[in-house]
Amino acid sequence: MARAFTPKVITANDLLEGDVIYLTADDRWSRDLAEAELITDEAHAQLRLLDAESQPSKIVGAYLADAIAGHDGPEPTHFREDFRRTGPSNYRHGKQETSPQPRA
Amino acid sequence: MYRYSEFDTAFLAERNAQFRAQVERRIDGSLTEDEFKPLRLMNGLYLQLHAYMLRVAIPYGTLNPDQMRQLALLAQKWDKGYGHFTTRQNIQYNWPKLNDVPDMLDALAEVGMHAIQTSGNTIRNVTADHFAGAAADEVADPRPYAELLRQWSTDHPEFQFMPRKFKIAITGSENDRAVIKAHDIGLQLVERDGVLGARVIVGGGLGRTPMIGKELSPFVAFDDLLAYLEATVSVWNQIGRRDNKYKARIKITVHEHGIDAIRAKVNERFLQVRPQFKGADMALLEEIKGHFAPPAFREGSVAVFKDAYHHDPVFRSWVDTNIAAHKQDDHAIVTISLKKQGDTPGDATAEQMRVMADLAEKFAYGELRISHEQNVILPHVHKSDLPAIHARLKEHALATANIGLISDIIACPGMDYCALATARSIPVAQQIATRFEELKLENDIGELKIKISGCINACGHHHVGHIGILGLDRAGVENYQITLGGDGTETAAIGDRTGPGFAYDEIVPAIERLVHAYLDLRDHADETFLQTYRRLGMAPFKAALYPEAQANAA
Ligand code: HEM
Ligand code: SF4
Repeated sequence: MARAFTPKVITANDLLEGDVIYLTADDRWSRDLAEAELITDEAHAQLRLLDAESQPSKIVGAYLADAIAGHDGPEPTHFREDFRRTGPSNYRHGKQETSPQPRA
Repeated sequence: MYRYSEFDTAFLAERNAQFRAQVERRIDGSLTEDEFKPLRLMNGLYLQLHAYMLRVAIPYGTLNPDQMRQLALLAQKWDKGYGHFTTRQNIQYNWPKLNDVPDMLDALAEVGMHAIQTSGNTIRNVTADHFAGAAADEVADPRPYAELLRQWSTDHPEFQFMPRKFKIAITGSENDRAVIKAHDIGLQLVERDGVLGARVIVGGGLGRTPMIGKELSPFVAFDDLLAYLEATVSVWNQIGRRDNKYKARIKITVHEHGIDAIRAKVNERFLQVRPQFKGADMALLEEIKGHFAPPAFREGSVAVFKDAYHHDPVFRSWVDTNIAAHKQDDHAIVTISLKKQGDTPGDATAEQMRVMADLAEKFAYGELRISHEQNVILPHVHKSDLPAIHARLKEHALATANIGLISDIIACPGMDYCALATARSIPVAQQIATRFEELKLENDIGELKIKISGCINACGHHHVGHIGILGLDRAGVENYQITLGGDGTETAAIGDRTGPGFAYDEIVPAIERLVHAYLDLRDHADETFLQTYRRLGMAPFKAALYPEAQANAA
């Protein structure tokens, strides 16, 4: 039996900066998970992934990451994605340096 | 021709120019990521969780002051002001930008350094004891032999199509600081009736199937060593498994066939290949030895040292933990701890790197080493200079007196940086070190090695930690498995799992229970954690770790 589709966002790393980015509904790449398009339909998810992968001169390694609808937009469901949207825990480097991200 | 830096200037310049062009073609879209990825990996450039990561090679862990200053420059100019020394004796930069990497590589080439990775199923870099050439307990400096093996294997046809990659480690001492029993081949230099040779260990390794290497031969004279190693690799080439990546390592071959059967085959093959070796390698060895010649050790009184040792308790405690015996009586080996309690194990700021470079230049005959335990070593220091060195280190948070103690933890980058990680390791190390600092128990506990990995690849060597910690992902939550009784020295052992793992906020209290149990159980203050574990076994430690299970059983 196929498992029910869980909501996703499309994420990747920026080609030049190497940092974490998210695909928005209006086809931008945002540094902020809260701005990402939360995709609830599996077929649409595959289409959006193709859209992302067709931009190799901007991004590296696009994939679908689990997320849920939160108060201000998508939020991670797994701690790996929580670290990706925040930065490492030993220094306040990465995203938390510029735009503080909540850590669950 | 022999080259100390492995690659010469012209070669490095050409490689760097090539990579610069490849980066440009990636950025302008003429190379896809699939085409570019193998090229960047060959040049030491990885993509991690939050950014790119550049891994710079430090052959034999040996650096001169100018090289260390250049590493500081890279940290300051193109990274966030620090670098991370790893257990592989290299340095990693966690925040480079793709556009800057060609400039970083050019800056490295100015001091004969590079980020080129040996890759593929060949003999990887040969590693040696970080006290090589200085240790009081060594039979001979292992580095010339390591370099001979590397040169000999690099272009050797037999070694280009092996079932899997292959790692060799060499020590010149009975006290194994190079973890030779956790390598595909481990060599210990030994002398027999005036002849120098090596004890050969085979089939060790960590990773997902950890194994302790077994003795293939107690002594092979040096004239015969290359022939003997060729025979060994050749036997593995013939019977090693190629059906499964994880089963192809020589440790699996040794495990499946048994060491006695392997030995018989190697001896047979040895007689066939031996006539091909005509001693040219021994001439090369003599030439190589010249490049590893010891400095002209200076003489002088050690009165200043003795005086400071008697009068300054902070200095005394640093000497007692961080200084090792040098083969010259009036000299010492200094280990500079990069493990200040609460800091990230193995990280050094640009300023700290410059301070260490200056100290090496002024007091240590211009030599620095990086240990696989993520610390920095001044291998040759006249004892009268120790007080001045200590004073300078203190000013830069580099005088932590904790080598071999509970806060001298090895931790891999884990989920804070590494894309393969299943859990964090750095903050676990930070919290354990901070906790025992608060309890003021560190010196009372004595020798205790904690090693932490953030996934099954075991970069943190957790299998050979007296206490090993492995971070896993259990149903979307970090979970930490504990092993006890591991040992990476001449009495090597793989640690035993204690039982169910612990959540992130339970792991530090669990370690604290273990250590308190040890303090209660030890026979006397000098019985180490490992000795106590070996005497009593798992049961009392398990009882301390899982009090609820005890209560339920009662
Ligand atoms: C952060 C990026 C890193 C990545 C992606 C990475 C990847 C890997 C992988 C895939 C393996 C398994 C190789 C195999 O057996 O097939 C491995 C092994 C190993 N790594 Fe790393 N590693 C990283 C960082 C490090 C660091 C920082 C260290 C040292 C602190 C290290 C030390 C080791 C060691 C010693 C092994 C060998 C275990 C054995 O004996 O089999 N690695 N690494
Ligand atoms: S052990 Fe795993 S998490 Fe740690 S550095 Fe190696 S690959 Fe990354």
